[in-house]
This record gives sequence, C-alpha cells and structure tokens, in this order.
Amino acid sequence: MNLRNSLIVYRKELRDMLRDKRTIRSMVIIPVIAFPLLFWGIGKVMTTVMGEAATETAPIMVQGGTDSPKVLAALGKVPGIKVLPYRDDAKQEVSDKKIRALVEIPNDIDTIAAGSQSKQVSIGYYENDVKSEMTKDKLQKFFDDYRDGVARAALVARGLSPNILEPFKVQSDNVAPPAKVSAAIFGGWIPYLIIIFSFTGAMYPAMDLTAGEKERGTLETILSSPVSRTDLVIGKFLMVMTASIVTAVLSLTSVGFAGRHMMSGAQQQTLNLSISPSTVIAVVVMLLPLTVLFASMLLAVALLAKSYREAQTYVSPLVFVAVAPAIIGALPGVELNWKTALVPILNTSLVSKEVIGGTYHWTTMLMVFGMTCVYAAISLGAAIYMFNREDVLFRT
Amino acid sequence: MIEAVKLCKNFKDKKRGDIHAVDNVTFSCKPGEIYGLLGANGAGKTTTLRILATILAPSSGTANVAGFDVVREPQKVRAHVGFLSTATALYDRLTAAETVEYFGQLFGLDSATIERRTNELFKALDMDEFRDRRCAKLSTGMKQKVSIARTLIHDPPVMIFDEPTNGLDVMAARSITDFIRQCRDRGKTVIFSTHVMTEVEKLCDRIGIIHGGRMRAEGTLEQLRQNYRKDSLEEIFVDVSGDAR
Repeated sequence: MNLRNSLIVYRKELRDMLRDKRTIRSMVIIPVIAFPLLFWGIGKVMTTVMGEAATETAPIMVQGGTDSPKVLAALGKVPGIKVLPYRDDAKQEVSDKKIRALVEIPNDIDTIAAGSQSKQVSIGYYENDVKSEMTKDKLQKFFDDYRDGVARAALVARGLSPNILEPFKVQSDNVAPPAKVSAAIFGGWIPYLIIIFSFTGAMYPAMDLTAGEKERGTLETILSSPVSRTDLVIGKFLMVMTASIVTAVLSLTSVGFAGRHMMSGAQQQTLNLSISPSTVIAVVVMLLPLTVLFASMLLAVALLAKSYREAQTYVSPLVFVAVAPAIIGALPGVELNWKTALVPILNTSLVSKEVIGGTYHWTTMLMVFGMTCVYAAISLGAAIYMFNREDVLFRT
Repeated sequence: MIEAVKLCKNFKDKKRGDIHAVDNVTFSCKPGEIYGLLGANGAGKTTTLRILATILAPSSGTANVAGFDVVREPQKVRAHVGFLSTATALYDRLTAAETVEYFGQLFGLDSATIERRTNELFKALDMDEFRDRRCAKLSTGMKQKVSIARTLIHDPPVMIFDEPTNGLDVMAARSITDFIRQCRDRGKTVIFSTHVMTEVEKLCDRIGIIHGGRMRAEGTLEQLRQNYRKDSLEEIFVDVSGDAR
C-alpha cells in the first residue's frame, strides 16, 4: 500500500466532490436546514394545537340528570365547558368532532340513599383527539370532586369525619435526573437521525465514485495509471468517509442548535436535553467506525453496478439495513447489553443514546467501538477485494 | 518494446459458457514502430490491449512491455505506458490543467516536473486557451487533446491506443492520427487497434489481423498483399476473417 497515492486520489476526489452540487446538497444543505426546520415545525404545531385546546370553550352534551339540578348547575359553571342541549345523535357528534364529549348522568345522583348501589356517570369522548381528551380530563376531575363533595356531606351528616375517605395518600416522584429521563424517550432519536444522515451522506459519493465512474468512462482512465487498486479504493473510501462524517457532524451540530434556539422554553423543559460539546465529541468518536463501515459497504455494493441508476437500486435497500437497527435503538426500553452490543449499528445507536443521557460506561463504549471497528475492517476488506476483481470492474 | 507471448484471456459467461476472448496471441512491436491491431467488433482487440496496459490480467501467457512483465510487475508496466481509448474519459469537474496535474502526480512526478511538462504539452498541443476550463465544458476535440496530454505527461516509451478515433469527427480523428505518427517519430513503441482500414494503411508499419481472439495474419502491408495476392487491405481483411469462419 502506498499512502501517498491514496492521498493524491483522496485530494482529487475531494476537489471533485466539492464541485458537485448533488453531493453538497445531501452533505450540507439538507442536514443543516432539515433539523432546525423539523424542530421548529414540531414545536410550532405542538404549541398551536395545545394552545387552541387549552383556550377553547369545549361544547359538550349531557344526557339525563334532569332530577339532579345541583350537578347540572355545577357542571354549567365549569370554566371552558359549554353545555349544549342534548340531541339523540350526540355520540355521532363526538366522533364527528362537533362536540368534545357526551356525559351520561344517572337518576338521582345528588343524593345517597342508604343501602343504594353505586351509580355510574359515563363520559363519551374521542380517544387521542387532544381537545376531546382535555375536555374528558376536565369532566373527570369535576365529577371526582363532585363525588367527593357528596360523600363528604353524607359523612358529616352522619357525624363522621370526612378523612375516612382518604386514610392515606400515595405520591410517586421521579428520582432519575431529568436529562436521563428525557434521553430515554428522545435521546434515541438523535443517534437515529445521525445514523441516517451519515449513511445518506456517504451514499451519493459512494455511487458516484464507483458506478458513476464506470458510466462516465473515467474508471478505465484511472486504472491505466500506476496507482494500485488498493490505493485507489483507499483514496475513494477516505472521500466517502469524509462526506459521511461531515454530514453526521453537521446534523449533530444542527440538532444541538435547533434544540437550544428553535424551541420554546416549555418545550425545552419537557425535553431537557443538554447536548454539550463533550457529548458531541463522544458521539462523533463512537460514530467514526460506523462511518468506515458505511463508506466501505456502500463502495463495495455500488461498484457492482454498471451505472449510477443501477447503483441506486442496489443501495436503496441498504438504507433499511442501516435504518432498522437505528429505529430499534431509538425505541424506549431497548437497552445496551452484551447481546445488543454485538449488533452493528444498533450498538452504536444505543451507546450514543446513553452518552446523550449523560451515562458513560467506558467498558461498554470500548467494546462497542471495538466491535464496530471489526465490522468496519471486514467491510473495508470486502471493498478492496471487489476493486481487485476484474469481473466486477468490467461487468458487461 | 512490446512482446506478447501466447496471451490468453478467458471469461465465464452465464449464457454462453467459457469465452476465449484472446486465444494464444503472440506478436511484438519495436520502438519507432506502429503496430496496427485490426479486427471486427468483439475480435479481441480491446482485451489484448487492456492486458498490455495491465488493466486486465491474462489467464495464461504473458507480455513484456517496456522491459517489465505484465503479470509480475503491472504497476511498473503502467508507469511506462500511455494508454488512450475512447473508453478512457476525463473528469468533468476538473479543469484541463488539473487533469494533467493529477495524472502527473499519480505517475510519481514532482511538482516542478509536472509544471514543466504541462507547459510544454499545452504549448505543443495548443491548449493554453482552455487550460483552466473544466473538462465538461470542452469540445470533443479539446477533450482529445487533454487526453493526449494526460497520456504523455510522464513521457512514456510505450503508447497503447484502443480505437482512439472511434466516434470522433474528421478533424478530431486527424489530430489523433497525427499525434500517433509523432509518437513513432520520437522513437516510441506504438500499438493501436482499429477497424478502420484507411487508418491502418496510412499509419501502420506492421499489421496484425485478429479474429475470434486469434491472430490470423501478421506482417507489413506489403507482406500481407503478397501473401493474400490482394491489393486492398479490406479485401485481405475479409479474406482472413472469412477463412476463420
């Protein structure tokens, strides 16, 4: 191997790539613009929807309760709720989102008769509709309070203490640091996005430098120079890896920027993710062998194709190969153990998730780094092997 | 100097089975000589020349090019060869000067030599006007000149041309044939393949007619005329290829 030749090839490919608009687009513009836009967009939509839901006066209908005027009067006074006259198609109106909820009140709810059965108030709502859910919560709270009031009044009337109702309280508190809690939910999605971007960042140069060169006829030109095929593939590999790292770093920086500046204070509190420079460095270091794996794997596969177009059909399915473990890694509850530490991509995703949450398990990190290095070396070996095969270079 | 000895190249094809693209081809070409490899499409010309340029390795047999063995010392062979074909395109996003500089570096030349050689070549080939223009923006003729400069940057003793005029207009093709002649006049060993008879008649000192991967006839134009008792090279070629069928 002659590193000088590889570097000559690398420098040329770098210059070539920097002049290629398609690569610049996938490497720089998309990650830099996409993340802030995504964060800003999600934040904006969430704020708008929640704000609307919180401020609107929710129309509801009530069925029954005519013999319990007290409960109806109290319900009418709940802020943010407007009781409409009952119609027979009330349920349909809930599912058509014309009203937010339907309350069915049984007879004689204001009084507690001795020996009487527990009665049931039903609230019909639209599950997962933010406005309907919020109305349901309001109604639930109203009826809970009202029920307690009725029970307390009954106890007092019988000369008993209302505390009988609540001999003790239960309180649960989160003791894990908020950053770790947020990392468990959201931390996985950051490595997921970075993995996607480092993969897509490598994709276009890898296809361009192999199948693209075959198609344009420049591969035979370079093969006629004294540079060895191994030096050639190393030079090209370094270029693809550069594209992959630049894309990953830019997207990570972009996430950090978007997280810090593009979200409202309330959202930042919910997310509570602090991405410090040391986190960025740690994640990038963990991602390095993964970019080697991606770059060499993409080169080896794309070289099989005769044209850029054909390369796209080979490389596109690989996106799923890269993304599937990243998605699994992003799911809450998937943790790093000795089994998951062996699965390429998934292990890096999980370790990055931990790092983002502020947990540094050095032995596991070293193991994941080492395993990914092994996979990367195998993949790089495969790329070199492919470049030395005539039937691959000159496929007809 | 080129000396090919019993060169063979076999390919495996899923549909057609084993293909003998080059079958026991032996010939030689001396410095200051143009050797024309004449054959129809698929005769084995390109494969033979790719083996000589060490882009492909022979299945058996070998060749000595510029004093180096194509099997054992392929990199040294490439360092002493200039290879030009219609399949060897240029990088669209590099300028003419950058292209030549890139190949100069790959041939191991230092920057002073590259600069001197580039200036000489650009002047000789009248390329200064489009020196800093990207290859994508060049005309076919200009691109041909850049390709020539690229193959000559290291001043190789052996030149290999694979159908260099294929697809070129008259003027561009003429500049190539002129250039091939100049190479011979400078004492270089030149081999070139074509299926254009007139080019062979005009240029070649010796001719090899290849068909079905085998060398069917060889000699100077005069020798071929005498052996086949025909005046026109085209008639000789048809005769040789027809016999082979």
